[in-house]
Amino acid sequence: MGFLEELKALLPGKVLTQEAALAPYESDALTAYRKRPLAVVLPEGKEEVVAVVRLCHRHGVPFVARGSGTSLSGGSLPVEGGIVLALNRMNRILRLDPKARIAVVEPGVVNLEVSRQAAPFGLYYAPDPSSQPVSTLGGNVAFNSGGAHCLKYGMTANHVLGLEVVTPEGEVVRLGGESLEGVGPDLHGFFVGTEGLLGVAVEITLRLLPKPEAYHTLLAAYESLEQAGNAVSLVIRRGLLPGAMEIMDRLAIEAAEKAVQAGYPQAEALLIVELEGPKEEVAEEALVLGEVIRESGAYAVRVAQSEAERQAIWKGRKAAFSAVGRLSPDYLVQDGVVPRSRLGEALKEIQRLSQAFGLRVANVFHAGDGNLHPLVLYDGKKPGELERAEALAGEILRLCVRLGGSLTGEHGIGVEKKAYMPEMFAPEDLLTMERVKRALDPKGLANRGKVLPEVVHGG
Amino acid sequence: MEVRASTLREVVEAVRTYPRLRPKGGGTKPALSAPRAGEVSLSLGGLSGILEYAPEEFVFTAWAGTPIAEVEEALKAHGQYLPFHPPLRAQGATLGGTVAAGLSGPLRHRYGGLRDFLLGVRFVDGEGRVVRGGGKVVKNAAGFPFHRLLVGSLGAFGILVELSFKVFPFPRATRTLRATLPSRESALALLERLRLLPLELLALDLVPPATLEARLGGFPQSVAARLEGLKALLAQEGAQTEVLEEDEAYWEGVRDLRFLEGSPIWVKVPAKPQKVAQLEALPLGPRRYLDGGEVLYAGLDGEGLEALRRAGLPHLVLKGAEDPLYPPPPEAFFAKLKEALDPKGRFPLG
Ligand SMILES: Cc1cc2nc3c(=O)[nH]c(=O)nc-3n(C[C@H](O)[C@H](O)[C@H](O)COP(=O)(O)OP(=O)(O)OC[C@H]3O[C@@H](n4cnc5c(N)ncnc54)[C@H](O)[C@@H]3O)c2cc1C
Ligand SMILES: Cc1cc2nc3c(=O)[nH]c(=O)nc-3n(C[C@H](O)[C@H](O)[C@H](O)COP(=O)(O)OP(=O)(O)OC[C@H]3O[C@@H](n4cnc5c(N)ncnc54)[C@H](O)[C@@H]3O)c2cc1C
Repeated sequence: MGFLEELKALLPGKVLTQEAALAPYESDALTAYRKRPLAVVLPEGKEEVVAVVRLCHRHGVPFVARGSGTSLSGGSLPVEGGIVLALNRMNRILRLDPKARIAVVEPGVVNLEVSRQAAPFGLYYAPDPSSQPVSTLGGNVAFNSGGAHCLKYGMTANHVLGLEVVTPEGEVVRLGGESLEGVGPDLHGFFVGTEGLLGVAVEITLRLLPKPEAYHTLLAAYESLEQAGNAVSLVIRRGLLPGAMEIMDRLAIEAAEKAVQAGYPQAEALLIVELEGPKEEVAEEALVLGEVIRESGAYAVRVAQSEAERQAIWKGRKAAFSAVGRLSPDYLVQDGVVPRSRLGEALKEIQRLSQAFGLRVANVFHAGDGNLHPLVLYDGKKPGELERAEALAGEILRLCVRLGGSLTGEHGIGVEKKAYMPEMFAPEDLLTMERVKRALDPKGLANRGKVLPEVVHGG
Repeated sequence: MEVRASTLREVVEAVRTYPRLRPKGGGTKPALSAPRAGEVSLSLGGLSGILEYAPEEFVFTAWAGTPIAEVEEALKAHGQYLPFHPPLRAQGATLGGTVAAGLSGPLRHRYGGLRDFLLGVRFVDGEGRVVRGGGKVVKNAAGFPFHRLLVGSLGAFGILVELSFKVFPFPRATRTLRATLPSRESALALLERLRLLPLELLALDLVPPATLEARLGGFPQSVAARLEGLKALLAQEGAQTEVLEEDEAYWEGVRDLRFLEGSPIWVKVPAKPQKVAQLEALPLGPRRYLDGGEVLYAGLDGEGLEALRRAGLPHLVLKGAEDPLYPPPPEAFFAKLKEALDPKGRFPLG
């Protein structure tokens, strides 16, 4: 029996091989890259994942785990001749224990669903990527996804207490536990962010937090991006620690306004700052924040007076990515990080690059942690424009590394940024990643071709 | 035998020269850092000093042998601190030793533990190669996160040389409330209740049999108001409350694990309020549950350690026993990583 026959016998009715059925899995949210997989498998339980991974290992067939396919870096792009393990059917919350403040979930559970289920107990799951209504925890774990609240609450890695993982050779291991403190090497912490190269997460234990008692959400309008960026530094210098600080530029504001009519003022840049915590504390912090914002030169300031007004402020920000889609047939999202104090410099240089390449760039970003999200607008139907957009995006990545930052704050390396890894890491660092990959996956089957650049050895 | 390394080059040389090495920072966790037969002790106390510190970025980078005390002095000058509150500061704990042991103190309750604040590392692997993991910005998702692998690694994968951390502003005012309850059950019930409320306590400890200690931080007026609120809530639940005057000194004592002094063996045990009853049935000495009951630091003797092992409860011995880690890390994953990073088995574990 060949591989496909064995696969079908193993999971009857859960293996897709027809062209039309495979088409939706050819790419993730980075649609510039496409590849037709050999088959798509839809497991419904962890035993099925184990069986499929073991079969792949025996036959030497590469596999790519996939959640909702919202990766913006080609992380869930299929591999030539390989299969896609689509995990959306593994979407049960196995246990939600409010007293222990944990949720144990299957990898296909959608991020927002955890907070929804935890809400009656006054708890929530803190990491909130903008894709949280669709992206899965398996994908969040693989990419160490972030969101608006990372400065204060950290990324996904900080909220994962334990994992059950199927290694690329088909062994099942438990990493971590249920407590916030463990002993021995932080193996689950290490697995988070390895982009599916070291195995498939089949069960995830998450920590839940009590929902903050009060919020204070402020929207400030500026005449320049630089002013908004400087305001962020001022806030930090005063010793405040907001839950979120987000900036949008004019292009992003216009797009968001057209899409969801958030009622934003016209501005070159908008800053959203959200304080959260006990109500007495938020009230005092709000006084300091008010002062700082006045000093920062904002010409219009709006403070949410109700939960509805707060949601209205966030609505435009959360919709910004998809809204930019209205301004342009295609766009690439970059995700580099710079030290906060270099934000102004980075944004100026991005503007210059945008002009030099003749492509528009919209900026929406997590200013509190220096995480830029330049959206490079292009038209894929115009010959050469994708290549130009990619070249521009590459320059932005180099810029971030040059300023002492990182290639990615949350979207991962995937296929898109792997060529830039040598900009950030020395050959020895990359070789060490390769050695680890080879030790755990000697046949190189798990998410082959991602993260690690092909040319290291010459380096 | 002991060799000292004060530079990266000396660390690399030592790794290439000696077949078996056990790194040591301040030596505050002797069960972990004391060399066994055939091992050379590699002392990193000389690899010390802060390399970069940008208060506005909430980030600093320092050599692994830098004493926690030195780091905290530098941060304090800018109103900042290490929110995971590393233990054994006064006894000379270093950054590297703290990371390798994976230890956090009582203030971890507010923003998270050591693993949540380590941003990046440089380390020397078992072949003497210098490797970097993570970065120096507060957010980063590029490449394999070797920095997280080294948290709690006990030196198994390499010698930490350089570390970058995220830090936060220290609250302008702090106050501490002690609540004594009639029984362990009532203390536990209250602890579980407090864990679900949005109180944002800096610390929340359970001191057996039936005392809770909560530390508040923030703006002075807000702290005063919240202290009153908390007092009322606790009284309603039948607790005797008392405000601790020596707030700062008191918690320094706790984080230096002074309550363990005099015990032959010191252990850290991952816990959970739901596990407290089981733990309390064991013959443990002086002890304290930190972080809302998520971790136990206990002093004990041989019998207590034996009981912990028999109950199958994971733990780490900081002092007083040869065999520090129970259980050993899971083979299928750990052994492969060890093979990749320390193929000759130069370092402890595995
Ligand atoms: C509109 C929009 C907004 C976004 N906003 C954010 C944001 O604010 N922050 C952010 O961080 N990201 C954001 N993203 C990116 C993306 O949503 C996240 O990376 C998300 O975590 C991907 O989840 P997914 O379920 O779609 O995973 P997929 O795209 O299906 O897969 C992502 C990666 O995870 C691997 N993977 C999936 N499941 C598993 C598993 N169980 N075990 C091992 N590996 C697995 C895949 O192989 C792939 O490498 C956004 C994307 C979009 C389209
Ligand atoms: C209360 C107390 C009791 C003591 N009792 C004893 C005793 O009984 N016997 C005795 O001999 N001494 C004892 N000492 C002395 C003590 O051992 C020395 O002061 C020591 O050098 C403290 O280092 P540390 O806290 O930084 O971590 P360490 O204890 O040095 O190390 C902790 C762990 O981290 C690893 N490590 C350290 N640095 C690195 C690095 N850079 N990279 C990778 N791994 C690393 C170590 O191998 C070990 O696994 C005691 C000290 C105190 C304060």
